[in-house]
Amino acid sequence: MRILRFSLSVAVAVFCTVAAADEFGDPTAGEKIYRQCKSCHQIGSAAKHRIGPHLNGIFGRQAASHDGFRYSKGLARVGASGLEWHAETLDAFLENPRAMASGTRMSFKGLKNPQDRRDVIAYLRGFSDSPANIPEADPTATATDHNLDPAIIALKGDPEYGEYLSSDCTTCHQPDGGDDGIPSIVLWPEEDFVVAMHAYKNKDRPNPVMQMMAGRLNAEEIAALAAYFATLDD
Amino acid sequence: MTLDRRTFMGSTAAAAAVLSAPTVKAAGHGKPRVVVVGGGAGGATAARYIAKDSKGDIDVLLIEPSRTYYTCFFSNLYIGGLKDIDDIGHTYGSLAASGVNVVHDWAVGVDRDAKTVSLAGGGFVPYDKLILSPGIDFVEGAVEGWSLAAQNAMPHAYKAGSQSELLKAQIMAMPEGGVFAMVAPPNPYRCPPGPYERVSMVAHVLKETNPTAKIIVADPKPKFSKMSLFQEGWADHYAGMIDWIGEDFGGGNVSVDPDAMTITIDGEETQADVCNVIPAMKAGRIAELAGVTDGNWAPVNGADMSTKADADIYVLGDASAQGDMPKSGFSANSQAKVCANAVRGALTGSKVFPAKFSNTCWSLIAPNDGVKVGATYEATPEKIAKVDGFISQTGESSDVRKATYEESEGWYTGITSDMLG
Repeated sequence: MRILRFSLSVAVAVFCTVAAADEFGDPTAGEKIYRQCKSCHQIGSAAKHRIGPHLNGIFGRQAASHDGFRYSKGLARVGASGLEWHAETLDAFLENPRAMASGTRMSFKGLKNPQDRRDVIAYLRGFSDSPANIPEADPTATATDHNLDPAIIALKGDPEYGEYLSSDCTTCHQPDGGDDGIPSIVLWPEEDFVVAMHAYKNKDRPNPVMQMMAGRLNAEEIAALAAYFATLDD
Repeated sequence: MTLDRRTFMGSTAAAAAVLSAPTVKAAGHGKPRVVVVGGGAGGATAARYIAKDSKGDIDVLLIEPSRTYYTCFFSNLYIGGLKDIDDIGHTYGSLAASGVNVVHDWAVGVDRDAKTVSLAGGGFVPYDKLILSPGIDFVEGAVEGWSLAAQNAMPHAYKAGSQSELLKAQIMAMPEGGVFAMVAPPNPYRCPPGPYERVSMVAHVLKETNPTAKIIVADPKPKFSKMSLFQEGWADHYAGMIDWIGEDFGGGNVSVDPDAMTITIDGEETQADVCNVIPAMKAGRIAELAGVTDGNWAPVNGADMSTKADADIYVLGDASAQGDMPKSGFSANSQAKVCANAVRGALTGSKVFPAKFSNTCWSLIAPNDGVKVGATYEATPEKIAKVDGFISQTGESSDVRKATYEESEGWYTGITSDMLG
């Protein structure tokens, strides 16, 4: 109940701002902002669900309504209670995802700048049906960027070994998918998990704790962890 | 579910009968039993992992006197006013739900020949494997003039809970421009950055409520954990407030008088309004009673955390002498998982994986100014040896420091649910 009331008031406030400004964002600027999203959310013609669901056709869709994606209980709950994605609801969600859907696995702090949100929403709008106000945009598929050896990605991990190794992860990361300050690592596609861990191992991603933890895992151990965490229920 | 004494004694008697034959797997009847003493970061984790991973094939009994466990980690944030005492208090209900029998009593003796642990409430508990994770006690006579009898006048607040609340209350009652004195401990001790995070948090709370107050630290060491990070932070946030007197300036030559509330550092007496005495430490008493200590700590084998003195007794966390790992909650949790895997293997034949250890210690210098140090470790025949490590850098941006603090919050949630379920 609290969530509903809250999101309603947010939506009203935001609606006023958008209406008052009477402008839509700049999709070109939005594309740049979308770089923060694309490691989890694909968009465009070849887009698939990855860590997060793909965002094609998001406008007008009920939240948490893709059959092929396993949502957090938090997002499923707000979806079931009727939340639909429109400019104003996306704006509120993007400002602070967890304020709108407590328990969402989306480990993103939010976009605090209203112009950034308008721009990225304008960009998203280009990948939905009948986008009003925005000219038809060429779909641009974004893949997860990496140059990892395909042989490493192809390694099949042993989830049982992964379960043992996972005790090193669960000192910080919560196995139920909860996240505050430390992101959720459950139910990721195995490939994304492997890519992320190797990025830490090679010190391409910055966090020193993760560089250290990933640094001592070999490719089989990373594959084992990916296999284990991909199966964990929240 | 926790057991009251009657139920517990009943089940113990039954278990004693069943377990009279000590060979475990070979016996083919009855379940092997692991007794864990101490429900902190080491003991609770070991109990939970053995119960969870053996899926009922091992009886796990945890002996812990407190019904509410207050984490030492984050207790400085309570002192700094950034956490409530309830934020750092945890009960054992969910651990019981994951298959651990939790008994609230003191373990007062270990009979290594009979393989039993005796309890303050009377009776004894038989074990096949005994895991001791008792934390620390203080070395008597370590600080001249101070004894445990003086802990109300001059709190240590190095076991969290009522001592933390007492210290906090004393800080809040300090007169304007008063003096907070700390006696820091010699190495090795629980939580190497702990005293200095505490100084930071005391300075933070005084800066808000009593900005002309002073902090004096008498330290027997010439340097300390994350020293350059803390000193940079103290200069930035609390300029002119903190006087750290290290070994070079007589910080180790210290005595206190709890009746007069004075502290004398290298011959110079100061009247203190609050005096936080953190004495030299040793393994929690049950380790000594079990006869597995050598000097102040219990030497263990890095491969499985078994003691050098007795292959069926394991010591985790602060109480152990293991090598390079700092005495921290993270370390105890890490050691507990290695130990749980080895104990389970020994009792049920499950697969034993090679030991890997890790540690990270986050400290807070001021709100949203967090720093961290961490390392990975491996077991060698001699000790647990450091493999690789990192430390926060001086001059980091406020964004990095804020992210580090937020990470520590996430870690707190993670480790407490990893320990207690």
